Amino acid sequence: MKFSVALASAVEALFANLLRSFLTMLGIIIGVASVMTMMAMGDGAKQRIDEQISALGASTLTLRPGSMRRGGRSLGAGAAKPFTESDIKVLSSLPYAHAVSGQLSTSVTAVSGQTNWSTSLTGTDDAYFEIHAWPAVEGRLFTPREVRTGAAVAVIGKSIVENLFDGTDPVGQRLRVNNVPVTVIGILEEKGQSSFGSDRDDVIFIPLTTARNRVIGAHRTTPKNVSRIEVMVADDYDLKQAQDELGEFMRERRGIKAGGNDDFMVFNIADFVRARSAAQETLGMFLTIMAGVALFVGGVGVMNIMLVSVTERTREIGLRMALGARGSDIMIQFLTEATVLCGVGGLIGIILGYAGSLIAAKAGDWTFSMSPQITLISLGASVIVGLFFGYFPARRAARLNPIDALRYE
Amino acid sequence: MASGTPIIEARNVTKVYTMGDQQVHALRGVDLQIAPGEFAAIMGPSGSGKSTLMNLIGALDQPTSGELLIEGQGLSTMRADDLADLRNQTLGFVFQQFNLLPRANALQNVKLPLRYARHETVDADARARECLELVGLGERMDHRPAQLSGGQQQRVAIARALAGRPRIILADEPTGALDTKTSADIMELLVKLNATGITIILVTHEAEVANFARRKIHFRDGLIESDERRAA
Repeated sequence: MKFSVALASAVEALFANLLRSFLTMLGIIIGVASVMTMMAMGDGAKQRIDEQISALGASTLTLRPGSMRRGGRSLGAGAAKPFTESDIKVLSSLPYAHAVSGQLSTSVTAVSGQTNWSTSLTGTDDAYFEIHAWPAVEGRLFTPREVRTGAAVAVIGKSIVENLFDGTDPVGQRLRVNNVPVTVIGILEEKGQSSFGSDRDDVIFIPLTTARNRVIGAHRTTPKNVSRIEVMVADDYDLKQAQDELGEFMRERRGIKAGGNDDFMVFNIADFVRARSAAQETLGMFLTIMAGVALFVGGVGVMNIMLVSVTERTREIGLRMALGARGSDIMIQFLTEATVLCGVGGLIGIILGYAGSLIAAKAGDWTFSMSPQITLISLGASVIVGLFFGYFPARRAARLNPIDALRYE
Repeated sequence: MASGTPIIEARNVTKVYTMGDQQVHALRGVDLQIAPGEFAAIMGPSGSGKSTLMNLIGALDQPTSGELLIEGQGLSTMRADDLADLRNQTLGFVFQQFNLLPRANALQNVKLPLRYARHETVDADARARECLELVGLGERMDHRPAQLSGGQQQRVAIARALAGRPRIILADEPTGALDTKTSADIMELLVKLNATGITIILVTHEAEVANFARRKIHFRDGLIESDERRAA
């Protein structure tokens, strides 16, 4: 029997009992639509996380002084000896370090004219903007010379412009941070909210030396201190390996014996964000499994109706056998019916799933993502459900004894 | 008359049905030969085994013992798929209740067996039209069974039986659901088909219907009681 003929007669059989076919399909429609929406949501979330990671600097390692124990008592994070500018210099010469930046941060009150604003201030160098791929949209960034000499200049984020300068062009204007006057030389490109919910544009950058010498003040015992170092790993280096090598290098440099506890931390931001998203992924996977269960239940509904259909049409099956249909012909007929039923349900489900994902993405403010793979997987899943749950009823039909089927009342 | 290989042969065929703890002997060792081109009526009261024999000849059921041969080939040695092909190529069935697909029109019903034909490529549409014209329904090809009278429905069923160009037509009470006038029309059609060389086996319990056949085989209690031939 030709496939097109089987297909046509399957469609005809489904149309003969339209309401029943639709109700049976409903299970598949809901199942496929929910599988699709859940997969799209998971994809969207993953895509967003990837975006965040690349915005944070995908290949950046961050060094921070760690906890220290003295007399069995932990002194807490940051208690250990801080890093210094000479660390930055040494790290810059490592083969895998593409760029190295040091930072010192504090909270400040910034004043411009009559307006004041509490914000965070970071003293850093020109490498920082390279590592964070953060260009100036107006004015310019620090020159190495300004960093070295401790010039009284500042580069500010968009939120500072809005809150302190109220529409006027801030480049060239004066600004006081904790009573230290600095001149605004550049405005940074807008970054928006971080994945932690803080405003990444609410920030003032001044040269590292300026921050240490005039705003924050140097460390008690360690002059030229920095509180954090970022190392951008060269593209051709493996990040994980560089992380290990950097840890080993710093351990040696800080004179930590084998087996001793590190008094610093090396981490990459990507790990951090991924750990945060792990819970989200687990939830997404759980929801997808639930959707899969819905599809499975839909499949059981299809099997049930196909069994009813086989019983109802026993005489027809007997007649077809009397006219020369082989068992395989009958099998193909019912399998095709189940598969068409599920396939059509799948198509409707895909349309609903597409609409559902679009609405959910709008409502939940996450990235809408609908890859062709998801569509194909959904369609494939519905066809497989049809074949799987159609097999048993079809086999039952194919195994009927012709005379018993023909005589069935 | 019965010269050469019989087209249908039954050799000591028995059929026992088990119904609960009771065993029903439907056929108790039947020997029968039917030559190509014959028109035989199998008669007898209900329960005499005539329908059972018909189902065995039609390869719809298997005998408990004994052997059935169609065109010299033993059915017991054939696989299920070969039996299906035999029903498709060699046999044509006509039933008392017509057994037409209610949703399909006359033409589609007649084309149904051609869907399962494997060995030849035929223009199913042309063949079905030809068969419907032969039974006198050339004008009603797109009518559904519900739009046709009983006699017309049985004509569609006969056209369907003819679509596979069978050498044997098995008609089980073909006039059982029809009035006398229509019955005679249907029987005349079968006579006409027999004249083209198709062997026809007719199961009936009506004497007038059986009179159209040239051979009458009477069954009683699972055995042949009498077998009479009428000169052509």
